[in-house]
This record gives sequence, C-alpha cells and structure tokens, in this order.
Amino acid sequence: MTYSPHTDADRVAMLGAIGVASVDDLFADIPESVRATRFDLPSPLTEQEVRAELSRLAGRNRIPEVSFLGAGAYRRLIPAVVDEVVGRAEFATAYTPYQPEVSQGTLQSIYEFQSLVCELTGMEVASASHYDGATATAEGALMACRLTGRHRVAVSRTVHPQVRRVLETYCSGPGVEVVEVRADLSEAGSGLTDLSAVGSLVGGDVACLIVQEPNFFGLLEPMSELAAAAHAAGALVVTLVDPVSLALLEAPGRYGADIVTAEGQQLGIPLAFGGPYLGLMAARMSAVRQLPGRLVGATRDAAGRRGYVLTLQAREQHIRREKAASNICTNQALCALAATAYLSAVGPQGLREAAERSTIQARHLVATLETAGIASRRFTAPYFNEVALRLADAGARHAELLEQSILAGLVIGPEYPELPDTLLLATTELTTDEDIRRLADALGAAS
Amino acid sequence: MTLPDDRRYSREHEWIRPEDGEGVIGLTRFAVDELGDIVYVELPAVGVTLTQFASFGVVESVKAVSDLFAPVSGAVVAVNEELRTRPELLNSDPHDGGWICRIRVADPAELDALLEAPAYAELVGSE
Amino acid sequence: MSAVGERSTTDASGRGAAFHSPPAGAGALVVEPTLFERSRPGRRAVRFPAASEAARTAAASQPPIPDAARRTAPLRLPEVSELELVRHFNRLSRLNHAIDIDFYPLGSCTMKYNPKLNEWAARLPGLSGSHPLDPGPLSQGSLELQWLLAELLREIGGFAVVSLQPAAGAHGELTGMLMTRAFHRSRGEGDQRRVVLVPDSAHGTNPATASMVGFTTRTVPSNARGGIDLDALRGALGPDTAALMITNPSTLGIFEDQIDDVLSAVQAAGAIAYMDGANLNAILGRFRAGEAGFDVMHFNLHKTFSTPHGGGGPGAGPIGVSPRLAPFLPAPLPQLVEGDPATVLANAWSGRSTPDARFALEAPGVRPTAIGQVRTFGGNFGMHLRAYAYIRANGAAGLRQVTDDAVLAANYVRVRLGDAYELPFDRICKHEVVFSARRQKREHGVSALDIAKAILDEGIHPPTIYFPLIVEEALMIEPTETETRETLDRFVAVMRDIADRSARDPEAVRQAPRTTPVGRLDEATAARQPDLGWPFPEADRTEATLGG
Repeated sequence: MTYSPHTDADRVAMLGAIGVASVDDLFADIPESVRATRFDLPSPLTEQEVRAELSRLAGRNRIPEVSFLGAGAYRRLIPAVVDEVVGRAEFATAYTPYQPEVSQGTLQSIYEFQSLVCELTGMEVASASHYDGATATAEGALMACRLTGRHRVAVSRTVHPQVRRVLETYCSGPGVEVVEVRADLSEAGSGLTDLSAVGSLVGGDVACLIVQEPNFFGLLEPMSELAAAAHAAGALVVTLVDPVSLALLEAPGRYGADIVTAEGQQLGIPLAFGGPYLGLMAARMSAVRQLPGRLVGATRDAAGRRGYVLTLQAREQHIRREKAASNICTNQALCALAATAYLSAVGPQGLREAAERSTIQARHLVATLETAGIASRRFTAPYFNEVALRLADAGARHAELLEQSILAGLVIGPEYPELPDTLLLATTELTTDEDIRRLADALGAAS
Repeated sequence: MTLPDDRRYSREHEWIRPEDGEGVIGLTRFAVDELGDIVYVELPAVGVTLTQFASFGVVESVKAVSDLFAPVSGAVVAVNEELRTRPELLNSDPHDGGWICRIRVADPAELDALLEAPAYAELVGSE
Repeated sequence: MSAVGERSTTDASGRGAAFHSPPAGAGALVVEPTLFERSRPGRRAVRFPAASEAARTAAASQPPIPDAARRTAPLRLPEVSELELVRHFNRLSRLNHAIDIDFYPLGSCTMKYNPKLNEWAARLPGLSGSHPLDPGPLSQGSLELQWLLAELLREIGGFAVVSLQPAAGAHGELTGMLMTRAFHRSRGEGDQRRVVLVPDSAHGTNPATASMVGFTTRTVPSNARGGIDLDALRGALGPDTAALMITNPSTLGIFEDQIDDVLSAVQAAGAIAYMDGANLNAILGRFRAGEAGFDVMHFNLHKTFSTPHGGGGPGAGPIGVSPRLAPFLPAPLPQLVEGDPATVLANAWSGRSTPDARFALEAPGVRPTAIGQVRTFGGNFGMHLRAYAYIRANGAAGLRQVTDDAVLAANYVRVRLGDAYELPFDRICKHEVVFSARRQKREHGVSALDIAKAILDEGIHPPTIYFPLIVEEALMIEPTETETRETLDRFVAVMRDIADRSARDPEAVRQAPRTTPVGRLDEATAARQPDLGWPFPEADRTEATLGG
C-alpha cells in the first residue's frame, strides 16, 4: 500500500503541465554511471498484513509478569490522559515551531516544560530537551568546559556505565579528557563517590565533577559535600538526577549544582526498548548563552497579546554554524510534552505518592529478602528506590527466575567486575506486595 | 548616509574615535542596519589587550551573529556597561551612545590602515 | 531568575489578567492560560495507591531517607483536575498548524503524511513495554525488528552496515564525523586530516557537527547551475582534508550531476565522503549513496520514513557506512547470532518467525575499534518500528512511487509558479524547489518573511525561508508525495495571489498575518529580556507546598 493520493490521470496532467513525457525524464539529471542497480526490498503489504507482521514481532518479546529491572529505564504508570495528549495529531504532526503564529500550542507547552524542569531542579533556566539523559549529561560536561575554559572533566564511577560511555564518546570529539573519580565499592563499603578523591582535584584543571543522584546503585550521594569539594577545585558541578526522586529529594539548585541533567523517561514515556526518551537540562541564567538546545521565551505581539517564540537562537547551529554551542536541532519535543502532561496529571501530591511508594517498596523488598536470609545489601549508604543486593551465584539465579517470568533486576558483574554476585533491583509504584512475595519465594525455593 | 568625520573606519564596519592616546570603538550604522535588531553584545573584559583586525567579541541579532574585530591594537580601559541591559542602543545610536569599548591605543600608526569617512562611505555604498 | 524577576513584579498582582486578557476584537479561543494559572491548591487528577501496612512495617526496619537529603525547596507543580488538563492541552493543540490539518510544504523537512497504522504499531504492549536491558530471551522481537530495519536501510542506501543508534539527523552526523576521525587515526593520519569541506548551500548542522569533533570547516562555493564548484573543490581538497559533507540532492533541491567527479576527487584525496541524507525522499530506488561511493550517510526516519515530527522531535538518524568505516560504528549493534540470514529475511518477508534464529546485542568491548556509544540503549526504537511498518507497507514499488510522486509534485509547483517568483536555478528539481522573493523585495518592499506570513492567513504552512543562505529571500518549497493535485493547485493559487497583492497593495502583505491566534511576535524583546519560565511569585513559597 502507498499513501500517494494521485490517480494516473493526475500524474498525466502534472507531467503535461511540467512538459515532460514521463516521470523518468525528471530523473535524467542522475548520471547513468551512479544510478541504483538494485532495490531489493520485500513486496508491499496491506494494513492487515502490516498489523500481522508487527504483532508477530511484538509477540516475539516476552514481557515478564514480575520485573525489578530499572538501571536507567523504569516501568511506571503512564496515566491514560498522557497518551491522549501526545496522541493529538496537532502536536504529533507539527514540526519545530519556526512560524510562531501557528505554533503557539507547541511553543506554550515547551515554555511550561521549561518552567517545570526549573521547578523540579531548583534551577533558573532549562532547555527545550535533549535526546536522553546521557547526551544531556555529555552536553553539560562540554558546556562546563566552555564556561571554565578547562579541558578535563571528572566523572564518578557511580554514574551509570552507559552514561559514562556516552560522555567518553562526546568528549573525544573536542579532545576533552575524562577522568574517573573512584568510589568506595569495597566489601561493606558505602557505594558512594570517594569525597577525598574529589578533594584531590583541587589545584587541577578540571572543568566539572559529574555525579549521579541517586547513583547507579540507587544510593544517596553526599551532594552538598561533593559540590563544595568540586567548587573548591574551581570546578563546576553537573548532576544527573532522577526526576521522580525530586519529589522527595533536595532540588539540586539548593546544594550547589551548576548544571542539572536528567533522564525524563519516567515522566510518562514508555520503555519502548530504549527510546525515544527525554534529556532534561537546566542551569543558571548567567550561563544561558552556553546552554545547548532550543529555548522558548514569552513575548508579545503588536496588539499586546502574550505569545511564545524560539529565542536566543544565535546560540544555535542554523545561525552560528561552526561556532554553535552544539549541533543539536531536532530534539524530543513530543516527549517533553508527555512529561509536561505527566507532571500536571500527577501534580505535587501525586509525584510524592509515586516516589514514596517506590521507596517503601524498595525497603519492603530488601527487608523481605534479608529476613529470609536470601540476599543482603551490598552497600551501606542509604538508598532510594533501587538497591544493589549480594546474592550467591547471582547470574545463574537470575536466569532461573526468568523461566518463571520473574526478572530479578540487572546482573551488575559485566559492568562492574569488582561486584560479582550482585543484582541491581528497582521498585516503582507499580511494584506490588505480590511481586515481592513471588521474587522472595522463587529465590528462596531455588536456594 | 552621513558619517562622522572625527574617526576612522575599518572594512569590517567598526569605527574608532581617537581621544588623547585612547580610542573609542563602535559599530557603524551600516553594520547594525545589516544585522537588524541587536539582542546581545559580548563585551571584552577591561584589561584585555586587543590585536588589530582580530576578533574581540560577538554581537547577536535576532537572526544573525557577527564577530567584532578590533580596528587597532590596544588594552581595553572601559566598556559600555549600558549595552549589557540595553543592547538596542547599538541600533538606535551606533555612532555615539552605542559605543562598545575604549582602549589605550598601542600604536597610533595602525590607524593609517583604516579608512576616512568618505572612503568608508564609498565602500558600503558599493556593497 | 534575573530577567524573569523584573517582569514578575507586575505579573504577581494580577497574573492571568495581566498576561491574558485578550485585546478588543480578539477571540477568546486564542488565549489559553498557562498550567500555572489554571492551578488551584488541592486540585488533582491522578492518584497512586498507598503502600500496604505490611509494606510499611517491613520498610520501617530499613534505613530511611536521611533528613539531610530531603527536599526543602517548594514543589509547585500544577494542581489541576483531569478535565482541566485535557482542556488545556486540547485548546493549546488548536493553536498549532499540523500536517493532519493542512498543507505543510516546509522545505528540507519532508512533511509527508504520518500513517496512523504506525501509531497503532507503536502502542502494541509487546513493543512499547520492552525494557532496553531485558535479557536476550525476552527481547527477541525488538532485536529482530531492529535487525530487519537495519537490513532494509542497508539495501535502500546501498551500504555495508547500518547502525540505528543515533537519535536524530544531527546526531547521525556527529556519529559519522566521530567515525571519520577514528578512521583517519587508524591510518596514522589523525593529526594531519583536520579540515571538513562543506558546500555553501549546506545545512548549519554540518559545520556545527564538524566543530563538535574538533574539525575546522572550509566552505566550497556553488557553481552557476547550483552544483558544487568542482575546481574549487579540487583546490580545497588536500592532505589535510578529513571529509566532504554534502547534501544530495542539495538544499537547492538539485541533484549533483557531477557526483562521479566529486566522489573520485574526494577518494583520490584520501578523504571520507559523507552524504547528508536529509533529502533521501527524492531518490529512493534511483540513487543509492553507498553504491555510488559514499562512505557514510545518515537517514532521517522522521523525514523519509514518515515518523511524526512531534513538534520538534523525537526523530531518528540511523547511519549507513561502507566496509572501511564499519569497524568504527557505535556499539552495540543488534546481530543475528544464530540462524541463516537469508532464511530469516525470507521468513520475515512472508510474515513468519524463524524458530532457530537468535538475535543479540554485541557484547561490550568485542569491537575495540568502535567509537563508543552515542546515547544510552539502542536508539529511538519507537521510531524504528514506525519506519519498519512504513517500509513494509510500501515495499520496493511503493517507495519508488514515493520518490516519483514527490519529485513530480515539486516540479509541478516549480513550473506553475515560475513566472510569479524568480527561480535562481531554473532546471529540473528533485523533491523541493527554491524560489526567491528578490523581485518582490526589490520592487515592492515585500520580503520572503512577509510572504510567509501572508501564506499563514490562507491556512497553509509557509515554506522554509531564508535558507539555503546562498539564495537571497529564499522560499524553499517541499510539497511531498502525499498531497493531492487540488492541494497543490490551491497552494499555487495562493502564492500567485500573494505575488499579485505584493504589487498591488504591499502594505497589506506586510501586515500579515491577520487570522492567526497571535500576530507577529516581538522576537527582539524576547531575546533582550528573556522570559524562559513561569515567574513563581515568592509569596507562593509556603510550607504547604514544601516537599518531604
């Protein structure tokens, strides 16, 4: 099937108007020597066949009945109203709001999104979105380099391994060196960034310290102390935060973060095997000209009506070209709309409820497994809604449980060789008491 | 276009008005008209030394961005702080109230490489 | 917020009123208060179940969240009922132009119809609920889909390997430039090859991307026919050249008919040939960049393959590469690790699974030459599955028809408007045509911007304006293949009428738009005194709104 509206008569009439005999004449400018010699694709399908094919692939996935998998992407409730909003064709089938007079819907929603990100993070200005939390963090690191004139960045070993890999890739571009700040991952260790290692950055030429809160292991880092130590070294602080946690945890702007980034997937965006997700990025107003990504501002028209426009565009690639702060143009506007709808659907009370229930279920999970003598916490620091547990023969047990449609989180060993026999388990508001019982029973029976 | 004849002009559309070993630098009317509504000026820091014809800052309009080039070399002794909050001064009064910075001219001979008002008027007339 | 704070003093007293009273004559519909103005303390929509008593009791034995870590800042999220929320966004949506409402000939963006079938597919729970770190046995469907899509794109572009990881076109460019550098380094020429050549008609992302990778950019001029100036290119190429980035068809909508010479010159200089695939809709089945000799190209799934633009994303920017760049592709790639590829493809094309096939992501570190990872997880899968549905629906014949009809439509507009507006490059175009409003500007003082605003009054989205930069007063029109001849005729009539009115009553055209929710907005003030977020008055900071 095609989506072309033309009848053969249409095509003949249009070719006639152009004054060519056949459509091939319109491709005469492609030299013979470079024309495609093959285009070997399958036959067209009807709607019912496309449905069957996509259903076949969807059916090849197995969604576990019980899952404690998080590690950067989380199963949370997506209120029905959120999907309704992002499904509106007026939002979904519009493009970047280059013509503000007919894009006020998109523009105002982005302005609201920027406002919400500022409110959550306690920062002064937020960009209109980035591809995901990792690219936002990497762009934040490069922004810190521009702000400080320095060319090294320090990242804690407790930051998500994939985020650190993306950071390495982005920093390799302009030749920014990435140094790792060690963490206390020893037996009975805290699981936190080593504060003394941050202190040793003093006197160096580090542009920023990058820390994740809660960290990859779900633990609460001493953010104020880390920020103070980084600032003492003349470095800025880039924090990668969990936006849902900010219902309960301090706003990063209050503990000295200079650039705040986040993965916004939890705010009403489906898991969808890794994307599209949503990068959040916020900073101080004094740094706005180095902030990458689009920005929407409020202004007025000649009649005095309030309206919104893309603004401070001279930072961006289409004007500044090779001197732009970043090459980003298309971002994740529809995902930002989902986050805006999500945050207003749950409101301050709802976000707190979701965060609280998540943290309670994490403690319920740990208490249940510890009491039964099945597993124990790997680290001593307080945790939020994700926790690293020590479990004998973790890899094999994890695989056994899959057969019972229970996904016991993530086996950490492949990413952290120093942490064998460790599982990272996440709970959210969707985690039920029954889920916890099934996990405990399955692990108990298998041991 | 009437151009003040108390100063020299660069081919990059900056002007410099010499004053007792110092020089006041700004952008020409022609330049600001080309740029349109100016929204931001990145001013040099006081104390920084400018090099003739090298970039020392940036001026942004709604739809364009342009480097500022030093007409002559010298250390910056003052900048027009008012431009930080009122960049529109560059549009409304480029040859006077919209001045950008004042420098201590390092080598007055460098002024010879710049244009007198009539020559500059001829240059922009041809653009 | 310094800049915002200035305004909030006036706004705090009567915010809704101060901002949103419509002026006399304006319809009430055009004004939609912000979420923050709609908010009332205590109102709410979605609630979550409280934790059970058993859960709370068990949790009490565990360490609590320390007080020192708890939030002290206010959390002033909007407090609205669900109906208020629905009305807010529905009313906002009515202020947007969109493909599903009317014609959207925005050049360079390929605003074609976004099939509803793809949206259905994206909402299948088996796909939307797939976790990116699900172990292989749980995610065979997602991995197979990505592997199949990569195979289809490989065939469409004529490349050796395709990575789906990049999240957008510019992200694909970044990936391609990082690979370019890795390639030159692998041959010991990393320090030497520092210059990326771009034509003067290039998208701004090309030079911006080159800079992000530490390259410097050199611009190559166009010739009088709108192609690249071959002599200038040959003069610019040298032992310091890392790559040529070229959009083909160009941003003028013109196929580079010297492409053979361009590619051999680039290859002879030892540089990488990068093709910006933004305009792929013009050449499906007619030209395959990889086959022709390009080393790397990014695909814009949101342009060519119909995934919705979303008001500015999400898109997806997979890249295809030649064999010599394949070792540097970002990791991990989805792979078929057990089973015969030809059998798996044949089965999938007939709607069957292959029982003994197994797909897996490359293990970390198995390909040390990889440039690394450019984002978390495997890319914008939600866009991958839509593009897959689109390509399967069309098949080879359908995709050829897409290109034929897209090029037919652009040429039809070119011919029908050729006497009303100047055509700087008057020759057969591909999927888009670039006019100049130079005559209207010179003779009547009506600019491309004025014309764009006048088009708004006819319910049509304007073309891209002032791009490419090498065309004065540019109007860049991309009609796409999904518009009827009647729509094209209506657009032609509108454009001719505006050309007439520009001569007859230019002032009226300069006053446009008149029928949109707001008139021309003051962009200078927006940039001089940025108001980038809702100015919460300090008085809102009450204990009641504190978290924790």
